[in-house]
Amino acid sequence: MATTTTIVPSAGPVAGSRSFLSRLREGDEIARMFTFLFAASVVLITVLLVFELWQGSVLSRHKFGFNFFRTSVWDPIFEQFGALPFIYGTLVTAAIALLIAVPLGIGAAIFLAELAPARVSDTLEFFIDLLAAVPSVIYGVLGIFIVVPLMRQYVQPALKLSLGFLPLFQGPAYGVGFLTAGVVLAIMVIPYIISVSREVLLSVPRDQREAALSLGATRWESTWKVVVPFARAGIFGSIFLALARALGETMAVTMVVGNTPMISSSLLSPGYSIAAVIANEFTEATGQLHTQSLIELGLVLFILTFILNGFARLLIVATSKRGSGMGHV
Amino acid sequence: MQASVRPALSVNLPPIVTSAAARETPEALAMRMTISKLDFFYGAKQTLFDVSMGIATNKVTSLIGPSGCGKSTLLRTLNRMHETVRGAQLRGEILLDGQSILAQDVTALRRRVGMVFQRPNPFPKSIFDNVAYGLRINGSKVPISEAVEKSLRHAALWDEVKDHLHKSAYELSGGQQQRLCIARALAVEPEVLLLDEPCSALDPISTAKIEELLVQLKDICTITIVTHNMQQAARVSDFTAFLLVGQLIEFSPTPQLFTTPGDPRTEAYITGRFG
Repeated sequence: MATTTTIVPSAGPVAGSRSFLSRLREGDEIARMFTFLFAASVVLITVLLVFELWQGSVLSRHKFGFNFFRTSVWDPIFEQFGALPFIYGTLVTAAIALLIAVPLGIGAAIFLAELAPARVSDTLEFFIDLLAAVPSVIYGVLGIFIVVPLMRQYVQPALKLSLGFLPLFQGPAYGVGFLTAGVVLAIMVIPYIISVSREVLLSVPRDQREAALSLGATRWESTWKVVVPFARAGIFGSIFLALARALGETMAVTMVVGNTPMISSSLLSPGYSIAAVIANEFTEATGQLHTQSLIELGLVLFILTFILNGFARLLIVATSKRGSGMGHV
Repeated sequence: MQASVRPALSVNLPPIVTSAAARETPEALAMRMTISKLDFFYGAKQTLFDVSMGIATNKVTSLIGPSGCGKSTLLRTLNRMHETVRGAQLRGEILLDGQSILAQDVTALRRRVGMVFQRPNPFPKSIFDNVAYGLRINGSKVPISEAVEKSLRHAALWDEVKDHLHKSAYELSGGQQQRLCIARALAVEPEVLLLDEPCSALDPISTAKIEELLVQLKDICTITIVTHNMQQAARVSDFTAFLLVGQLIEFSPTPQLFTTPGDPRTEAYITGRFG
């Protein structure tokens, strides 16, 4: 205690003697101001966005209130607007996408990071990054010309035959619909999951692997029980990145989802998503209430993303307490 | 016993126990591991040249030498940890209890030859789960909690952690973490324990604790330690091997190597003229 009290006063004047101007000249203050400005702009943009969506949807919010979330009629002629089918479609397609993409993506990442020779891994990583950069409209085209016919002719009839007793796989096989949109979304988000998860797995310290191996673990035991749990937080991060993309994806979804505001227990049935309906109807919306309802849908999508991301953060915190290495670093 | 192994340990004498007949002599039986004519390569680069030595049962053998002399490489061949590095290749023979380790199943070998690393590397799990890890993957004859307690006692860590076994291992100090790693390695009851500069990341007090521990552990297993700290080698080991650019220069009982080194290069190194 005595030593700290003698040190602090002597350090004080030294730090204080450097004036604001001298620190400005040396760049410290400039760097601080500029970086603060950049950081603040993120918050500013978010606030502006919410404000605009809130302001722009004032009519529909007042007219429908909470019924907006509870009703499923979307009728521009009679100006009745309910968001439920779009919320449902957005969540269902994103869920299907993750259900397919997570096991495939993480499996591929484990192969690339742990098992594949370095040259194979690096080459494939190049292609994966390429896939992640392909515009979504291209995936939409792929969906229309390849996925939809495949689904209509082979996958959906097969699903109906084998699992048709489930309400999930009933009704006519149109080709377009929730399931197809989910599959196309899965194809789109897999590169994100692979790329980020691979990076995270590769960054797991070597000594973790070696510790497991030195205890007589097989290569797979060391991968599955030590390396993957260590990287858990980062792998979750890749999944949430994928989820965010799946929720907001517009073009590819609207090309294959069927664009019908419908809530159906069957994944084969056509549907709609929030982003898709905004893109399709915004330019053609004539009535003010129609436009404002679409803006409110945007607000809903924003909130949905916000809530899911919040859950994601909580999940990361909760699991890293239980022992992911990255949480401690 | 020390006297009986001494002749086999001098480098000036013929290389150690390679023929089947020699293995049956008392000298050979006192060796837990024997390394003969070991050459090691990383790709095209040779890093060990014709190394032959023995690791005496229930003794501490230390490997010393300047950085890059190959002492860690030599240690890592003893449980075939070198195989995790691409392009690593060895020639020669390493025997554990008279059987070639290269012909064995590698996971079974590593259960018998445990390892502790340079930096403490506990898993991001609880203290208990860290020690139990090896037991769980290998199966344990005794109840796991008993085995965990026993290993923690052997590693002189039990009294410090017994009240919070379910806390994260990351909450321990560096020295405690390293003793936890020793406990983790001991839990599977290895015959040989390899330590790769186990104290290089630790403060002097933690180092002293681990050194004391190593001397006690001799009773339950055979220890090989790589160290850059000559005093440490002198304090803890019964035999010391001095390596220089991949060659075993001298291998003798520790007191002899530090008081009357047989090679001028050993003398130069231990008196601090290089390294």
